[in-house]
Amino acid sequence: MASQKINTLSSSKNSTFQKIKNEYFWRTIIIACGLFIILLTLGIGFFLVVKGTGTFIRMHHTVWEFLFSSDWSPFDSTTESGGGVGAAIYIFGSISTCTLALLFVTPFSLASAVLMTEITPNAGVKLFQPAIEIFVGIPSVVYGWIGLTVLVPFIKQLFHPKMGGYSVLAASIVLAVMIFPTITTVSADAIRSVSSEYRKAAYGMGSTRWQVLYKVVIPAAAPGILTGVILGLARAFGEALAVAMVIGKTRAFPADILSPTNNLTAAIASDMGNSANGGEQNLALWTMALLLFIISVFFIFLIHIISGKEKKKHA
Amino acid sequence: MHNSAMKKRIAKAKAVDSVMTKLFYLIGSFFLVFLLVLAGYIIVKGILGFYPELLTFSSKGIGNQFFNTIYLVFLSLVISVPLGVAAGIYMAEYSRDGKFLTFLRICIESLSSLPSIVVGLFGYLVFILLTGAKWNLMAGALAVSILSLPLITTTTEDAIRSLPKGFKEGSMALGATKWRTISKVLLPACLPRIATGVILAAGRGFGEAAALLYTAGQSTIINWSNWDVTSSTCPLNPFRPGETLSLHIWAMRTEGSLNPNAPAIANFSAAVLVIMVLAFSLLARITARRISKKSGGQI
Repeated sequence: MASQKINTLSSSKNSTFQKIKNEYFWRTIIIACGLFIILLTLGIGFFLVVKGTGTFIRMHHTVWEFLFSSDWSPFDSTTESGGGVGAAIYIFGSISTCTLALLFVTPFSLASAVLMTEITPNAGVKLFQPAIEIFVGIPSVVYGWIGLTVLVPFIKQLFHPKMGGYSVLAASIVLAVMIFPTITTVSADAIRSVSSEYRKAAYGMGSTRWQVLYKVVIPAAAPGILTGVILGLARAFGEALAVAMVIGKTRAFPADILSPTNNLTAAIASDMGNSANGGEQNLALWTMALLLFIISVFFIFLIHIISGKEKKKHA
Repeated sequence: MHNSAMKKRIAKAKAVDSVMTKLFYLIGSFFLVFLLVLAGYIIVKGILGFYPELLTFSSKGIGNQFFNTIYLVFLSLVISVPLGVAAGIYMAEYSRDGKFLTFLRICIESLSSLPSIVVGLFGYLVFILLTGAKWNLMAGALAVSILSLPLITTTTEDAIRSLPKGFKEGSMALGATKWRTISKVLLPACLPRIATGVILAAGRGFGEAAALLYTAGQSTIINWSNWDVTSSTCPLNPFRPGETLSLHIWAMRTEGSLNPNAPAIANFSAAVLVIMVLAFSLLARITARRISKKSGGQI
């Protein structure tokens, strides 16, 4: 009897010990996974910085030259150096297509967001939300393919540009369609989260719906809408293959929106595979990747600054 | 006098209101129609160019690419789901509010907004150049899992945080330990929501191309009678080059002169991708609806 009692006691002690061990084991794993995400992000940043600064440290080019010179003639070998690494054409290509895309799509996104939240909220949930989700899901290569087979010939027929339909215009239209869902969903969320008392107060004063929207709801939702626009811009900056398919990939500043040019992502996508690892061209392409990384982190900080200001205002 | 001026202002405000309302309807319905036309166009055009060899596992068909796409997404989920769910649990249950958690959130946001080509380059550097390997499916899967990690993490965190407090309190009150509470009570309760996130992540993985350009490679040679996993032509070997459907479209754009079927192949691949995306977002919707029904009855 006594020995049995001792036995159960020790076994329960054992199982408590087992439980605690189990508890710590899983706790360690869970914390490790949390830490892993930080390490991964820092790791990506670290590798990009190491590779991307090679142009300046190992090849002795200046940051000024990289950002503002349009002389792109790097050597593609690991021993030679001294070519030009000016990426101004690519940078300008990215900025111009993204800005145009944003100009095209923001009014439409905003109008769609207002329609699906304020005017027909029922259809908004049942019709627009699923439709926009599908928009998000269509792979970017498919957008690029449609741009290549439909939009580019269409522009060629409509305007008869000298270089064919490959153009800044085609790239910005493809980008505009791609970032439409991002801006629309974030703006719709921002409009929805405006307190309904604002609306009631404005309607109570006898405002029409347009007055309520224009004077009260949209200003109140402005920071959220801005966040959506920045997220859309970030997506447009990082888009590679869809743009590469329609931009024409000519190394020249565009004369107008119907001329072809090139951008950061398309240049990386098409040239990285052919360049000798560690060579001047290769390192310059890595610097372009680093620039993209810096831009996307910068956008995130911008969003944090906006939402931080909002919180202060409400507190 | 004063009265009539006021009436004019009111009439003007009403007129502007009705014009703007119509404008909103016009723009909104334009985009709705545009989307339907676009999706319809892609699917119809893909099907119109159909010829039977498209379904074969040869250079004329897309069977190999289709298999690679599914296999790659499967591999990437095997990696990203445990990691993402664990990290989500950490954020919801183990971490304390403060600077560290804020930093972790900024890291996740940065990860989720990283251009996929940059992630692809990182993958190329770490999984291909540093290991000395050739293009392979595993490198592609790792790159795609970096892209889907943020989505799975934030979905898990949100799902756990949105559970009613009673779940945790009840379990703790019965003497369960923290991990037991998480694994036996909290996780099962938010399984459907996590599943929705995973389905969405898978849907994005199918369409990913830029991240795979320099990791999974743009060629594929599969010998379907070879089942020796270590051989480079075995379909199940994760360390062989594996072009996916979306990369195939990218490759087909320049191959018009070499392969007369290139446009038909690209159109059909695009249609298959869009149908897969539609199916997956439908699946995610159904899962999400089930949750709201279930929790509607329980709570």
